[in-house]
Formats: sequence, structure tokens, C-alpha cells
Amino acid sequence: MATQPETDDGELQFRDPEKAEQLTEELESLMDEIGEPVNVMHVCGSHEQAIAKFGLRSILPDDLTVRMGPGCPVCVTNMPEVDEAVALAEEGKVVATYGDMFRVPGTEKSLADAKDEGADVRVVYSASEAAEIAEEEPDREVIFFATGFETTAAPTAAVLTSDPPENFSVLSAHKYVPPAMEVVAEMPDTDVDGFLAAGHAATITGYGLFEEFVEEYDTPAVVGGFEPIDVLFALARLLEFIRDDEAGLENAYPRCVTEQGNVPAKETLWEVFDTTSGEWRGIAEIPDANLVLSEEYAHFDARERFDIDVDPGAADPLTEDCICGDIMAGQADPDECDLFGEECTPQDPVGACMVSSEGTCKIWLEYGGQPDL
Amino acid sequence: MTDTDNVGEDEATKNEDDSMDGYTDDEVITHAHGAGGGQMTDLIEELAVSRFAEGEADVGLAALDDGSVQPIDDEHSVVVTTDSHVVTPLFFRGGDIGRLAISGTVNDLAMMGATEPLALTSSLIIEAGTPQSTVERVTESMQETCEEAGATVTTGDTKVMGSDEIDTLAINTTGVAVVPKGGHVPDAGLSAGDKIIVSGTVGDHGISLLSEREGFDFGGDLASDVQPVNDLVRAAMDAGEVTAMKDPTRGGLATILNEMASKADVGIDVEERAVPVSGPVSSAGEVLGIEPFDVACEGVVVMGVASEDADAVVEALRDNPKGEDAAIVGEVVEDHTGQVVLDTGFGRRYLSPPEGEQLPRIC
Repeated sequence: MATQPETDDGELQFRDPEKAEQLTEELESLMDEIGEPVNVMHVCGSHEQAIAKFGLRSILPDDLTVRMGPGCPVCVTNMPEVDEAVALAEEGKVVATYGDMFRVPGTEKSLADAKDEGADVRVVYSASEAAEIAEEEPDREVIFFATGFETTAAPTAAVLTSDPPENFSVLSAHKYVPPAMEVVAEMPDTDVDGFLAAGHAATITGYGLFEEFVEEYDTPAVVGGFEPIDVLFALARLLEFIRDDEAGLENAYPRCVTEQGNVPAKETLWEVFDTTSGEWRGIAEIPDANLVLSEEYAHFDARERFDIDVDPGAADPLTEDCICGDIMAGQADPDECDLFGEECTPQDPVGACMVSSEGTCKIWLEYGGQPDL
Repeated sequence: MTDTDNVGEDEATKNEDDSMDGYTDDEVITHAHGAGGGQMTDLIEELAVSRFAEGEADVGLAALDDGSVQPIDDEHSVVVTTDSHVVTPLFFRGGDIGRLAISGTVNDLAMMGATEPLALTSSLIIEAGTPQSTVERVTESMQETCEEAGATVTTGDTKVMGSDEIDTLAINTTGVAVVPKGGHVPDAGLSAGDKIIVSGTVGDHGISLLSEREGFDFGGDLASDVQPVNDLVRAAMDAGEVTAMKDPTRGGLATILNEMASKADVGIDVEERAVPVSGPVSSAGEVLGIEPFDVACEGVVVMGVASEDADAVVEALRDNPKGEDAAIVGEVVEDHTGQVVLDTGFGRRYLSPPEGEQLPRIC
């Protein structure tokens, strides 16, 4: 097995075009050895960003397809979850959320729409910032509409375990990746030869988490980082597994990811959250992939504290033509959608994939609209 | 002449009237109309371009250039440009609204090849209750910037409005200059073979302001680049044949390169690694999730230069401290007309103009 690329001074150069060229050649020769098309799925918007931003698809071997799966937590947030946040905001409460979530359409409205109509919606950078708002405005109910995978769920949990103000609560739309990978791997129309696993989430969960998955689905996985060399290196390791017909697991992001992950963060996460089944927008009902507040923290659960009166209204008829679900299941590319860049743009999105900076459609549009040249 | 700068605005301007003939309440002006993309172009076409006769202009309204150029006699043309400025905060790292208002208009004249402003106007709209000292600081800064640019304000106007009608201060400046007939430089003049030159580091103004507004402290290394660049432009034009020019203000380098390619019906190839970006801007951009190529510069010029003159122009730019980072970043090609292809050093992709407002990435 090849070792990680190094420069003369012994340090990794993650943006060295020469190393990239060597790795591209390695990918070409691995594909020659494999002798048939290979489909790789990654599950992280940051991977898609790196691939698109650096134009990596233009240098990948023709037969190697790298597609994003359900890797955008904002995108898989279900419309009724957005509707709940909109309803709370319209009842006069302060709803704080991440900027990525701000324009995600609910059934009829986004939080941005609610704000335009006078609701008090605040964009924050962290759960703790939302708790600070509650501290500063003790007469208001402040609800943190919490989205994201383990990487943001752990900080939400940390805020809840550090005695936040009584007028603070959490509307959790946090998601947990591993069960979703299993569901996608089982989909009959999804053809995945190997997974490029998300380095960010793995810093919390540890790469050991994927061992069971690799074994059960007989599919190799490599945890990769987010610089161009990280991505190419991880792909090369994955192709080695595929060539050898080995369902192996490798950590190709050792400077951040360990086998166990961030143990205290994990402990806090599972102290505060339980898993439950729920609909991932456009994909499927996924068992144990939604994070809800555990009984011990139920008094901070906005769903427990308030009787949320959801009046979702009527959905935009264009959503019928939106193929976000197929895209997130790794079965289609954004440019196969009739709405892409036409009726559906970041300013006026139809599907969530066009809203979040982690969404495949938004990323493709931002970095040129088509994957390779 | 069609610039708006909506940094700092929080609410879209709403059409509060009942529907008028042909218009409905559904159609309101949004921030997207001021963000420099396709929606803004459509709005300008609909509201302005279709309504005013072109006359004898060398460069008229329909060209949507930085200013207009009209002949005044057989040997001379007059260049006119106007720009309204609002910015939050009024005083920011590296500059203030006064410096921005003068630089913006001096630079728009310069982008037309008019490097010696004949006269500027200044129109201030001030919120009642604004401290006089605030306005004084602004006008002092305007004076200093005028001196730097070799320009002066020759007429102006002052209005005061209620606190619910305007936020602190808005400044409109108009600039007039005379150029020899045919001596102007349009933004549509690129042809295949021309080199693309950038006069300095890109993204400084936008990244610095966005991080300041969002309360991120990146250690004080970021500052706006707002400055008049008419002297730089003069030096470049004296050193070689400049075929097209534009300053990458709203929408940044990505937007203006696409505009220049479309208008001239050519393609542009850019080497990402050749484009000067300062270390702090690059790092802050990565943290914020904002591309330095997508945000405004206020003291940089992007020009197409005849291939054989490119080295001489870069040298002339580098002789001025404002142009010390000047570099050839790409070239004009016949392929992929109307589009900009970026070689990232790894692979190639299209460089798209940014859509709408730039919001810092969260997760």
C-alpha cells in the first residue's frame, strides 16, 4: 500500500499540483488494472466542494464516477421540520438557526419568508450564540432550530449540558449519517463500489464506526480529508481495495481522525440525544437516523415545551419536478434536472440541494455548472 | 454608472403601493436586483435602457459600461459616470464611505480611459440626528481622496431625511472628463490573443467588510483596498495598448471577467494561481466560505492588453506601489465564447459569476 505523499521537507503538501499529477497517474493505472467502470459515493458537501472548486473531475479517469450521496444535512431536513420552525417564528418567538437553513423552503414558506413577513428569525454561527441571545433577552422564548450531522450535534449537546437559560430550547433536526449510508447502500438503483467517508463527521465519531458497515455491506470505505491531495489520495486507496476485491477500511485523514474519534464529544452527544426514525427529505424514511433530545433533556425540547401548530399551506408545484431525492441517493446529477439553473437558483430555490452551500446543486452552480471540462 | 452597493442593507425595498398598470405587488425590488447578476441586468434593461434614446454616443446606456462616452466636437468626447454609495459600517478598516464615493467615481471614469477627472459632483442624503462630526469626517475623507486622485468636487447637494427613511448617510457622486475622440476604452474591446492583467490583490474590500460586519476578527490583517486608481490606469495606457478595462467592484473578478467575455464574444482562460490574493484574504475567505474572486475590490483594475505589450504594462503598473502585485493572469481565446475557464492548477472548470448576496457559510 502506498504511503501518504510527502514533500522534501517531510510535510504533506495538500495543494501541490505535482503531487496531484502523480496521484492522477496512479488512479489511471489502478483503473486500467480494474478494467471496468467504478462508482464511488461520498457523503459530505465539503468533499463535493473540494472536488468542484479544484476542478478535480476534469482530471479523474473517464470510467471513475464520483458522486455525492446524502451528505448535506440541511438538504435532508424534511419540509415538516422547516414548517415547525416557521410556525414557532410566526407565533412571535425568536427562532435562531444556521445561515444555510435560512432559505430552505418548507412546504409553503422558508424562515427567510417568515422573516420578510415580520417574524423574528436570527442567523447564528453556533448553538452557543443562540443560547447567548436567550441570556440577553430573558423575556423572549429563544428556539435554536438545530441542523447538521454529528459535527454540529455535538456542539448543540455541549450547550444543553452547560446549563443554558430556561427560555432557551432546541428544535432538533439533527441527523446521524451511518444509518443513511446503509439505506442508500441498499437502494436497488444505487450502484456503489466504494465509499469516500466524511472526514469531518469522523473526527467526532471515529473511523472505527464504519467497520461494521464495511463488513455488512461488503463495500470498502476510506475516510478522506478535504484538500485536493486528500481527496485524490483517498480515491487511490479506495481503488486499491476495489482492485483487490477487498471490503477494507482505511483512515486517509489521520491528521484529524482517530479510530475512537472525540470520545468526550461522543459521550455528550449520546447523553443529550437519542436516535429515532424519520423521513430524510426526498430519500426515504430512515431508521435511527434522526437525533431527538433524550428524556433527561426533554425540558429543552421545543416540541415538548410548545404545542406547535403547523399550517404548512400548499407546496410549490415545481417541487414535483425537483430531483433532489435522486441526487442525494446518488442516482442522478444536478444537470439532469430540468429546473437546474433555470427555475431553480440559489436566490429562488425549489429544492434544498440548491440552498445549502453543502448541497450538490448549489455547489455545481457555484463552481461552473458542469462537473468537468 | 449603474452601480449599486447593497452591503449593509437588511430589508428589501418593498413596493407598498397598490398595483399599478402592468405591475403587481408580487414584483418587488429585492437584494438580488442590486447584487450585480442577471436579475440586475434584466431590471436595468426593463426600467432604463429601453426608455432612453442612444443619440450620438460612442458608448451609450445600452452598453452597460462603467460610464458613457459622447462626442462633443470632432476631436473630443465627454465621459460621464455616476454612482450611489451606501455601506455599513460607514467607517471600515481601510476606508470609509467618503473615500469609497470619490474612488468609485474616479475609477469608473478611469475604466473608460478618462484618467483626468474634470469635475465631480457630490450629493449627500443624511439621516436627521446624525452627528455633524460624522459628516465632517466623511467630507474630510472625500477631500483627501480627491487630492490623491487629482480631482475636485465642483457642485453638490444636501438632503436630510427622517430616521425611518434613510440609514445614516448615502452619497451619490457623478464624474465628468474629456478624452480625445476615440481615446476611450470600452469594457467590450477584448480580442483573442489579448492578455488579462490584474493590477493588485483581489477580494480585499469584500472579505474585509464581510468579516468586519459579521464580527470575525482575523487578527487585523484585513483591510479594504479602496483607492483611486486613475494614476495606475494612466501608467498602463502609456505603456501599451489597453483593449478593455473594468474594475471588479460588485460581483468581483468572477463577474466582470464573464461580462467582458460575453460583451466581446470571446472566451477567457485564467490561471487561478497567477491571480494575486493576499494570505489573510485567502484564509478568511476559506473560513467564511466565500471566494475572493466573488467579492468586491475597490482599488483594482482588470484589463485586456495586446499580447506584445503585456510585459511592459505589468512593469509600468508595478512601478506604482498600488500596482506592486500586478500580474498577467490569463488570456483571451476564441473558444468557449462568453465563458471564463479557470485552471485551478489541478483541473479546469468554468468560473461562474456569483448569484445574489454572499452570505458567510455556516456548516
